[in-house]
Amino acid sequence: MSALMNEALIGDDPLVIDGIALASRLILGTGGVPSLEVLEQALDASGTAMCTVSMRRATPGGAGSVYDVLAARGIRILPNTAGCRTAREAVLTATLAREALGTDWVKLEVIADDDTLLPDPLELLDAAEQLVAAGFRVLPYTNDDPVLARHLQRAGCVAVMPLGAPIGTGLGILNRHNIELIVAEATVPVILDAGLGTASDAALAMELGCDAVLLASAVTRAQHPARMAAAMRAGVIAGRLAYRAGRIPMRRHALASSPTTGLAEL
Amino acid sequence: MTGTDVIVVGGGVIGLAIAWRAAQRGLSAAVVDPDPGSGASRTAAGMLAPATELYYGERELYGLNRASADLYEGFAAELEAATGLPVGYRAEGTLLTAWDAADLASLHDLHIFHSTLGLSSSMVTGRELRALEPATAPGLPGALLAPDDHQIDNRLLHIALLAAVRSAGVDVVAARASLRVSGGRAVGVLLDDGQELSAGSVVIAGGAWSRQIAGIPEELRPAVRPVKGQTLRVRAPGGPVLTRTVRAKVRGNAVYVVPRAGGELVIGASSEETGFGVEPRAGAIHDLLRDALAVVPELGEAHWESVSTSLRPGTPDNGPLIGATDMEGLLMATGHYRNGILLTPITADAIAALLTGAAVPETALAFAPGRFAAAAFGAGR
Repeated sequence: MSALMNEALIGDDPLVIDGIALASRLILGTGGVPSLEVLEQALDASGTAMCTVSMRRATPGGAGSVYDVLAARGIRILPNTAGCRTAREAVLTATLAREALGTDWVKLEVIADDDTLLPDPLELLDAAEQLVAAGFRVLPYTNDDPVLARHLQRAGCVAVMPLGAPIGTGLGILNRHNIELIVAEATVPVILDAGLGTASDAALAMELGCDAVLLASAVTRAQHPARMAAAMRAGVIAGRLAYRAGRIPMRRHALASSPTTGLAEL
Repeated sequence: MTGTDVIVVGGGVIGLAIAWRAAQRGLSAAVVDPDPGSGASRTAAGMLAPATELYYGERELYGLNRASADLYEGFAAELEAATGLPVGYRAEGTLLTAWDAADLASLHDLHIFHSTLGLSSSMVTGRELRALEPATAPGLPGALLAPDDHQIDNRLLHIALLAAVRSAGVDVVAARASLRVSGGRAVGVLLDDGQELSAGSVVIAGGAWSRQIAGIPEELRPAVRPVKGQTLRVRAPGGPVLTRTVRAKVRGNAVYVVPRAGGELVIGASSEETGFGVEPRAGAIHDLLRDALAVVPELGEAHWESVSTSLRPGTPDNGPLIGATDMEGLLMATGHYRNGILLTPITADAIAALLTGAAVPETALAFAPGRFAAAAFGAGR
């Protein structure tokens, strides 16, 4: 990989969450993976440095678990509270995760209903406040609502993770203006979480200024998960490079790429 | 101290079928299990589903599943003839229904993948689905019909296998066993009452608990992990509701309804990785019922019978561990994950062939127990 590509990955441009530098801006979820072997291939292809695991559906301990697979690769585990519907449940689940895994990082997920799987903003903020007070480093999965993102930052969350579209839909980023607004006033990393379908979605998230992308279904439910993981990795790098490169403005008239003055008149 | 040619540790359908096939080939055999048939053999739904259990990238496993499915009709008939007991083999096929247009599109992709493997499946429209199975919900947009995905009543299968091995002279010992090793080879088992049994070969067929069997050297412990699953059993008061097995993903959640000939319906199955606990979880029962009723509404009128929970033996690549190990006299027949009932005939044939020096079915050769590096499978926990 070229120096520029490496720079995009780490170099002078690492993803830093709560003072911890991560060597990749692509964060993966493990939900929906057909087998652990496929997960291993996807992890290796993705180059990810952090992976989120549902504490409710996968308990740490026991040989051959998803935790073994991640530990063997030195991938940081970000426990999540998937499936929780109330702040109380989420706080309890996060507390169990901290005891089991010895990390105070948690991806906070409080879902309003099974049909939309949208975050419940009131329960989410309540849980975030409780967890921050209890010493957790909270990464909340939130709606693409700039005001809620602002509240979560003020509550002391170490990142905000707005959705691009509802979980598992693969619809991409439905409200890019809101994502731009969240990025514009963010004082903590913005991680685009949920709804991405393919590599261009990941690239767009990074071009909009997101600091990282978190996705699961787009890779785990693809026909060839490892191939899609590699595509997502490339998409994240491309989008990050483009964001930092200073793109040209959009114009409504053509502008020749080569100067036409001073050319020999033949 | 007593001795047999072979001891099978584990009295589920796979362990019993191995003992039966071994006895048929003239070997003396014993099966050791504290409670035969109480594990996944009981909780399973008995789907024989090489097509609708097929995932992209699992072609080798498909080959094994297909080969075992092809053996099933004969296996069931032979067992019924030998014991006079029914095993409920049904060949009506399976419908994999779409919930929305996106599901339908992915079923089309799956159907095309089936075609590339020479596997028989076809797409049916929503109306054709309703004609085939009028109890399915209005509005389902279509389905994939897999005519060769059959079913067997796994509980009847276990009862029949138990009768078959007993009449073949196999001793079924109700005890917990640990492996005995002497001079670097497996020589038998030690029972929890202190009794020692000797055998020329020991076959580990303990399902999700195979890794917990004491006495197996660390580097040979099988790469299986427990994957909890729950199934529900209900009975429709007004006669059969479905003729075929109906499977669906309702908003991404997999559910199936398997209709038994006697009127019982099996609804499954949850999947979670939460250790060795087998307590039924309320939310899993709720989700299964919710999704089953969404696909087959009149199941709401069925009479509740039971919930059953057990552990599937998961492996890193979803394929089983079948064959000899690096220790003389020690064989594995475990790690069948979601396909234990389906893979029973071919596993029994493969192990019996190994025990008697005969040719092992070719499709089973890729599933040797040693294919995973021990180091990659947890540090001795």
